[in-house]
Amino acid sequence: MAAAPGTAPRTRGRPRSDLRIALLFIAPASVGYVAFYLMPALRGLWFSFTDQNLIGTGDFIGTANYERMFGDDLFWNALWVTVQYVLINIGVQMVLAIAVAVLLHRLTRSVVIRGIVLLPYLVANVVVALVWFWMSDYSIGIVNVVLEEIGLDRVAFFGNPATAIATIALINVWRFLGYTALLLFAGLQMIPQQYYEAAALDGASEWRMFWRITLPLLRPVLALVLVISVVGSFQIFDTVAVTTEGGPVNATRVIYYYIYQQAFERFDLGYASAIAVFLVVLLAGIAYFQLKIMRSDRSDLA
Amino acid sequence: MSHSHPLLARTGRGIMLASAAALVLASCSNESDSSEPAAEGAEITYWLWDSNQQPAYQLCADQFESETGISVTIEQYGWADYWQGLTTGFASGTAPDVFADHLSYYPEFVAQGQLLDISDRVEADGVDLSIYQDGLADLWVDQDGGRYGLPKDFDTVALFYNEQLVTEAGYTADQLAELTWSPDGSGSYDELIAALTVDANGVRGNEAGFDPDNVAVYGLALSGNGLNASGQQTWAPYALGNDWYFGDTTPWTTQWNFDSPEFAETIEWYKSLQDRGFMPSVDIALSELDPLNGYLAGRYALVTDGSWMNTSYLGQTDVPTLVAPSPIGPSGERASVFNGLSDAIWAGTDEPDAAWEWVKYLGSAACQDVVAESAVVFPAVKTSTEIATQAFADKGWDVTGFTVQVDEGTTALLPIADHWSEINDTVSAAVESYLQGSADASAFTQANDQVNALFE
Repeated sequence: MAAAPGTAPRTRGRPRSDLRIALLFIAPASVGYVAFYLMPALRGLWFSFTDQNLIGTGDFIGTANYERMFGDDLFWNALWVTVQYVLINIGVQMVLAIAVAVLLHRLTRSVVIRGIVLLPYLVANVVVALVWFWMSDYSIGIVNVVLEEIGLDRVAFFGNPATAIATIALINVWRFLGYTALLLFAGLQMIPQQYYEAAALDGASEWRMFWRITLPLLRPVLALVLVISVVGSFQIFDTVAVTTEGGPVNATRVIYYYIYQQAFERFDLGYASAIAVFLVVLLAGIAYFQLKIMRSDRSDLA
Repeated sequence: MSHSHPLLARTGRGIMLASAAALVLASCSNESDSSEPAAEGAEITYWLWDSNQQPAYQLCADQFESETGISVTIEQYGWADYWQGLTTGFASGTAPDVFADHLSYYPEFVAQGQLLDISDRVEADGVDLSIYQDGLADLWVDQDGGRYGLPKDFDTVALFYNEQLVTEAGYTADQLAELTWSPDGSGSYDELIAALTVDANGVRGNEAGFDPDNVAVYGLALSGNGLNASGQQTWAPYALGNDWYFGDTTPWTTQWNFDSPEFAETIEWYKSLQDRGFMPSVDIALSELDPLNGYLAGRYALVTDGSWMNTSYLGQTDVPTLVAPSPIGPSGERASVFNGLSDAIWAGTDEPDAAWEWVKYLGSAACQDVVAESAVVFPAVKTSTEIATQAFADKGWDVTGFTVQVDEGTTALLPIADHWSEINDTVSAAVESYLQGSADASAFTQANDQVNALFE
C-alpha cells in the first residue's frame, strides 16, 4: 500500500539498529562457542602452567611444563612423526583429489558416481582403521594373501618402522580422498564453462586447459581446502590409537596420541595441556602462512 | 578377566571390537533376609569388562540380593572403554560403587585417592585372607598399609599347541610337559621349536637345507601385544626361569633389573629364535591383531599365552589344541607371571557399607564357586580354583599346564609400581628395537637407567 500523502517517511529514529536482532540470532552459537570451545581452551591454557592431574587441583608451576617439553626427545619425535604423516597424507591426497575432481568435472555429470567417490568418508574412522588393520594382517590379511599369490613377499605394514606411518597415512588418504575431491569439485563448478569452450575452439589440449585454466582459477578454493586438510591431518589420532598405539618403538607416536597418553594414561594434564597449546600455536602459524602465500583472499575470476 | 594387562597391552584392540556396552539390571527379588539392616534396600553399581564372566556374576548378584536385600546393577564395558569410563567417572563423580580392578591401574588410582581403604573393615569383619592363592591378597596393600581390594581371580601363562603338528614332528604330550630351555640354545625346547618349523619347501627347521627366510609354519608364535614391560606372554616365562626378576621387590618396585646379564642373555636367545627363522620377526608380530589368527590359520605351531585365552584356543574346533606348561629354565624350574584381579570400592561411593558387603561376597567362596563353575577364569579362592579346574576338565579342556605353576610355586608376581605407563613405553621400545636389530644390549641398560630415574 502506498504511503498516504502527508505522512512523510519517518527517517528520524532510523536507521534502526539490527544489532539486537543480530545478537539474538548468533546467541545460540555464541553460547555453544563460549561453553564448549573458549572456556575449555582457556582452562587448558591455565592448566599448561600448573601441575594439574586428572582429579584434584593443580598448583601454578610457571613455565616448567614448557621447559620439560622442549627437552623431551619423545615430544620432538612425536612432532617429527606427525610431520611425516602430514606430508605423505596431504601430498598424496591433494594430487589424487585434484585428479578425481577434474575427472568428475570434465567427464561425468552422474550423481551416483559422485556418491560412490564419497563412500569411504561415510565409514567411521575407527572402523576404517580396524578393517584395514585386519586386511593387512601379516598372517591372514587379504592384502598379504594377494601379495603372496602374485609372487611378492608379504609385508608387515603396521609392524615395520619404515612402513608403519606411511601405511596409516595412506589409509587416511583412502578415507578422505572422496571428501576432498568433492570440495574441489564444487570449486571447479564455479569456473565459467565459456573458458573451456573458448580454449577448445583455439585447439588447446585438456592438459593445457588444466594448467592454464583450471588450476589458476581453482587457487582460492584449493588454498582453503589445503588449510582445512593440513589442520585436520595434524590431528591424526584414532587410526594410531586402534592400530599401532605409537609403535613399533616410537615410529607412529604422533603428537595427539602423545598428548592423550600424558593426559589419560599418566594423568599429567598440565604437561598434556602444554603440548596442546604448542600445537595450537603451530597450527595457527601454518594456516596463516598457507593462506598468505596462496593469496586465497583474491580470485583471478574477479 | 579377558585381558591381562592394560596400559601394557596395546589398548586391547580385539576387545574394542566387542565393546558394545551391555547393561543388565539385577532382577528384583523381594525376598530379603534383612540380615544387614544398615545396608538393606541399598542399590549399588558394579562394573566389569569381561562379558564372558557377566552371567556368573549375575548369579552371584541375585544370590547376594536375596541374602542381604542389597540390589546390585552389573554393567559391562569393553576393555578400552572400561578404563576411560572409570577415570572420567572419578573426575565427574559418577564412577561405579564397586568395580573389577587391575594391578597395573590401581597404584595410580590409589595415588589419586580414588579407592576406599578396606583394611579396617577386613579386620573388623574377620575376613580370612588365607583362603586365597598365596600372595594374591597382599598385592592390594600399598606402601602405607592400606588395603584396596579383595582377590577375584588370577592368570598364569602356558603353551597352547597344535596337537597334529606336534605329533607330525614326532613329539608326545608327555615330552611337552617336561621341556627345558637354556640361553645357549641347548634345551629340548629349542629342538622342539626347530622340529615344528617348516619352510616353504617342506624342509623342517632341524633338517639340512632349511630356508629361514621363507618359513611357512613357525614353531613358536610371537605376540606383538605381549612385547611390553611385563613380557607376560612373550619373554617373561623364560627370563623368570633364568634366575631373574623385574625389580627389587613387588608390590611397589623402585629399583629395576632390566640391565642384568640374565635378562640380556634371555632376550638374546629369544632374538635368536627369530634369526634362526623359528619365530616370526617383531615386525610381523606387531602387524598382527593377535597370534590366535595365525595359529588358527596353521602358521604357528606353539603359542605362549595366558589362561584368559582358554576360551579362544580350547573353545574352537578348527585346530586340535592342547596345553603344556612353560619349559623348565636354567634355574631348574619353570616360571610364569602371576597376575591377579580384585574388586575395589570407589572412594566416592554413597553406599560404602553396601559396597563392602558386595566386595566381601565377591571375594567369598560362595560367589567364586559360581564363577568357577562357568569355567572361564581361575578364581582366587584356593578351593574355587580346584572347582574351576574340574569345570574346565568337564568341558574336555585340560588346563593343568596353567595351574601347575601355582601348585609348584613357580609363579612370579606381576610388578606393581608407580609410573607403570612410562616404564612400559620405555622398556617396550628397548625390547622392540633390540629384537628388530636396530639396537644392541646396551639399550636395556639405558632403558633401566631411565626407568630407575623415575623413582629418584
